[in-house]
Amino acid sequence: MVEYAPYPEDTQPAVDSERYFRTSQLAPSQPFVEAPVTLSEITGPLFTREGVSPEEADLTAGGKALGQLMVLAGQVRDEDARPLPGVLVEAWQANASGKYRHPVDGRDAPLDPHFVGAGRALTDAEGRYRFVTIKPGAYPVPNSGNWWRPPHIHLSIYGYAFMSRMITQVYFPGDPLNEIDSIFMSVPDAAARDRLVARPEASLGLHEHALGYGFDIVMRGRDQTPMDEEGSTT
Amino acid sequence: MSMAPTASQTLGPFFNYALPFNADLTGGGKAEGRSIVLRGRVTDVKAAPVRDALVEIWQANAAGGYAHPLDRDEARPRDPHFSGFGRALTDAGGAFSFTTVMPGPVPFEGNRWQAPHVSIAVFSAGLLRRVRTRAYFPGEELNADDPVLAAVPDARRPLLVAEAEDGGYRFDIRLRGENETPFFGD
Repeated sequence: MVEYAPYPEDTQPAVDSERYFRTSQLAPSQPFVEAPVTLSEITGPLFTREGVSPEEADLTAGGKALGQLMVLAGQVRDEDARPLPGVLVEAWQANASGKYRHPVDGRDAPLDPHFVGAGRALTDAEGRYRFVTIKPGAYPVPNSGNWWRPPHIHLSIYGYAFMSRMITQVYFPGDPLNEIDSIFMSVPDAAARDRLVARPEASLGLHEHALGYGFDIVMRGRDQTPMDEEGSTT
Repeated sequence: MSMAPTASQTLGPFFNYALPFNADLTGGGKAEGRSIVLRGRVTDVKAAPVRDALVEIWQANAAGGYAHPLDRDEARPRDPHFSGFGRALTDAGGAFSFTTVMPGPVPFEGNRWQAPHVSIAVFSAGLLRRVRTRAYFPGEELNADDPVLAAVPDARRPLLVAEAEDGGYRFDIRLRGENETPFFGD
């Protein structure tokens, strides 16, 4: 049986945070209901290679996108450090100017015709994923008193269970905006925050073409049933 | 070796061009069972609509089976046309709508059963983590003995039961404030 022990203290943001202004309007105020974890929670949607093409992991249109070309790659594992193959990782981000290709982003900054800013990858037999992209720019949050989001890449990850479903953001090392960012700083534990920062890793890059960054992901749950890349148990 | 799960961060507002949405779980009507629409609105503390929230559902098929290797029971067979997963984006009015089938009862422990239900995850700008809840259905006898519904305080339990509404069911998700939807702990 898959176990879902409580998160280690302070390694997750609270659902609301005094640092993040909108949570006072949205975040539930009642205590969460403690209910049994059942078959409905230990199962979840699975994805296969049929639905995800390898080209979707290149966000740069074959190297044409403007900005610092980079590889973002890493391994997805469970809390027992067991690699998770066949996990869907979705990525989205701003372009090099800090502009999203999204109608709600009304800021006056250029779009890049060669950069949509969205990609998908399925983890391989060792639980590894890999995106080729560009380093996103910082951007100001409207009506926030000059709060600039540090460069970051959004990742949406499905493990094997509804319970472990997660969305996070990848940050970049050494950026002075990280430590004054309300969203990054919403994670109380400093070590847990550090794990949201990609690590420069030359071996992951592309020779004389793209910088390499590593970002490993740990999905909620222990003793996950091993599955192959097609979502069958092994 | 024990590793701490990666910290969650907010969805943000700018995701909808990146995530494929599929709010029809029936494969265009091919799935077995009674087709239903499950719709609702996501609202905030002022009962104002939350637009661009991401609503994901996960449910059993009409026979009560999950399309997942941890659920293998011939009495509740897989339906090749039903994955059980759907994803929708709320519109400017906070509304979402799924076309799906009525799920069957799902086993709990021993001889106990869970009432038909749909698991729901909500992400939004302004939420630092996803929140999760369940939609149950009105008039189901099994609701009275459902182990998850039983964990919800009596007064709030009706908030997890969808309302029948022309050909479908309405399940509003009030993230905060009056009649706040009960959410489950992680």
